[in-house]
Amino acid sequence: MPQPDALTNDLALDLDGTFERLVRVFQDRIFSFAHRLSGNREDAEEIAQDAFVRAYRALRAYPAERIRTIALQAWLYRIALNVARNRFRVRKTRVVSLDARGGDGEEARRAWEAADDPRERPDSRLEEKESRAGIAALVAGLPERYRAAIILRYVEGLKLEEVAEVLEQPVGTAKSNVHRAVNLLRGAISDSRRTKRNRS
Amino acid sequence: MTKKKDVAMTVNETLRIGRALRSLAGERAPRSLLPAVLARVGLADSYWEIDSPVGRIFVAHSRAGISLVSRARSASDFERAFRNRYGRPIGPSADAPPANVRSLVAGRVRGRDTNVRFDLRGVSEFERAVLLKALEIPPGEVRPYSWIAREIGHPDAVRAAGSALAKNPVPLLIPCHRVVRSDGHIGNYSLGGPRNKRTLLAAEGADPRTLEKLAAAGVRYLGNREGRYYCFPTCGGLQSLIRDNQVRFASSREAEAAGYKPCGECRPAAVA
Repeated sequence: MPQPDALTNDLALDLDGTFERLVRVFQDRIFSFAHRLSGNREDAEEIAQDAFVRAYRALRAYPAERIRTIALQAWLYRIALNVARNRFRVRKTRVVSLDARGGDGEEARRAWEAADDPRERPDSRLEEKESRAGIAALVAGLPERYRAAIILRYVEGLKLEEVAEVLEQPVGTAKSNVHRAVNLLRGAISDSRRTKRNRS
Repeated sequence: MTKKKDVAMTVNETLRIGRALRSLAGERAPRSLLPAVLARVGLADSYWEIDSPVGRIFVAHSRAGISLVSRARSASDFERAFRNRYGRPIGPSADAPPANVRSLVAGRVRGRDTNVRFDLRGVSEFERAVLLKALEIPPGEVRPYSWIAREIGHPDAVRAAGSALAKNPVPLLIPCHRVVRSDGHIGNYSLGGPRNKRTLLAAEGADPRTLEKLAAAGVRYLGNREGRYYCFPTCGGLQSLIRDNQVRFASSREAEAAGYKPCGECRPAAVA
């Protein structure tokens, strides 16, 4: 979605009167991003909350001219990413590890495998949901650096330039992080398949 | 496995991963997110119940200002009306209404002279100009819709000014009851009909009956013989209505023809 310039202008003129609109416009995207980063809805809601609160405090402190120049979407994703990183650092990531045996990881892997089997195509709603849960868990298990990159590029659908802006990296670096993330994910998927073959 | 097969598999796999990732998009934030954020930054909405000359009113406010005033039958009716209108939850205020809000409700002070803030999100620029103009009318005085329209630079938008006032989300605090029909009759009122409009004006020291009488007699302006200026009948409050040395005019043209100038306070006509 293109940057609504009217919004930054209104924020500059009347922050308290406009802030609600900012949250409404971006809450789905920021929540979705936080969900994919953290792997669960509870953390995602807290991350999104913290991100908007930080955004508000920053906007209060900024002069109007500075507010007008903010690229809101990338800025908010970046704040959410920083909030999430701080939480992960404190809690040493509660997210699903790819090496985990059993628990969510195992379930996710099974869901992914089931979808892969031609006899078990995800034609029912339930299976589709399981396959989503599978890919979501595998994404959430990627190292943070790659996880953020792949989510922004392929789940949120940002252009590479914008991904780079969020990650505060040169475009080349962002591009190679996205690329590396896809390879890691592909590897994780075949690993999970091999596990299945060995079991059967 | 041959190399060709390998490549084909990789491509398929990549497409599949792309599809799977896209399927994760389009999530909705939980409903609790917005109210939680607004509460944490101090922008949550709450309401006061305040006694007014037309009964108990509910006044919704946040740090962004006062956003809704109504004479709902109950607190839960008001909460529902607020939610339906703004899509945000609201609860009773922990604090009593500040003195400036109470003075405004009681009609003791001109809105323009207080620092009460209004939260007019969702109100168009034109409507906002109309409402803010109404704040300039002192308690106990009235101005016609045409005055509002002219003062905000849209002299032809008299009807639009009228409907903007009819939609006023914060009646009583933004005194649309001080705006009357262009023929001088008191006219309708959104907060409980014309009777409430008269009640409010009377409570502020205006004399609705005399106003209606003057309007019925076709009197639009009163002229001051000594000062040779003419005013809206309520300019300067009730005093002007009982002044002896006054002369009555049916139109500004008549007043000007008689050598009277428009008053600088109530500005009954555009100053040339």
